Amino acid sequence: MKGSLIVVAFFAFGCLLGWSGYLPDIIIKNDITVYVLYLLMFQVGLSIGSDKKLKDILCSISPKLLLVPLATIVGTLTASALISLVITQWSVFDCLAVGSGFAYYSLSSILITELKEASLGVQLATELGTIALIANIIREIIALLGAPLFVKYFGRLSPICAGGATTMDTTLPIITRYSGKDLVFVSIFHGIIVDFTVPFFVSFFCSL
Amino acid sequence: MFTVIGIMFGGIAIGYLLRNIELLQKIGKPISYTILLLLFLLGISVGANEAIVNNLTTLGVQALLIALAGTTGSILAAWAVYHFFFKERRKE
Repeated sequence: MKGSLIVVAFFAFGCLLGWSGYLPDIIIKNDITVYVLYLLMFQVGLSIGSDKKLKDILCSISPKLLLVPLATIVGTLTASALISLVITQWSVFDCLAVGSGFAYYSLSSILITELKEASLGVQLATELGTIALIANIIREIIALLGAPLFVKYFGRLSPICAGGATTMDTTLPIITRYSGKDLVFVSIFHGIIVDFTVPFFVSFFCSL
Repeated sequence: MFTVIGIMFGGIAIGYLLRNIELLQKIGKPISYTILLLLFLLGISVGANEAIVNNLTTLGVQALLIALAGTTGSILAAWAVYHFFFKERRKE
């Protein structure tokens, strides 16, 4: 819990700093985040490679693993359809399009803004695209911050399914940390599968 | 996306070659610090994005609902899959 709070504090402090406008443009415009992510991935790689149990982990991959991305997709889409009953402003398919971003916010928001323009008009399409951006950023943040909690109450696979398409890059370190190193390949496999379904599902639900 | 995975596999290869070096077994600490830095930077980009900040109140609630629904749904499905298909294997 203490670890999670420190993470939230760092994120909140970052938000305030970014919002305050005191930061020089160079910091905001140059995407340092990507390089820090690279550094992080390299460290994660080092920790996996130097792990003495690497062989056992590789041997544990099986077709049963397809159930993990399937759970993510079925769970997310069912819940997105249900929540559309509460959000009256948008149709079921609009909510499904947003939900099927699976935390892949950059791609899903752009796709939705572009594809919905024809049927909803520029203004509403941009609004739905913004919702997709925020919703999927929030999902990534929930996956990052909630991982220890999810493991405790819903088992070691839950942070992976919560992370959606991000479990092979941004949320991978936190999943490795809380679900265990032996699930790192499950996490990457899951991320790759879900990632590839994003453009398919988003454009499918936008066309309905 | 593939750069990220490529870098990680590079790290795996180097980590494997250097696996007998004691220092590498303590990589957990620097990983935690890098995660903190990454979230701090993510915060900066969220806070600095005017489109997100200005629309946060109006569109944010709807976005939050969909995000919560999607996450909850997938966690419940994950729990079911873990409970019915994966749990036994751990006990063996």
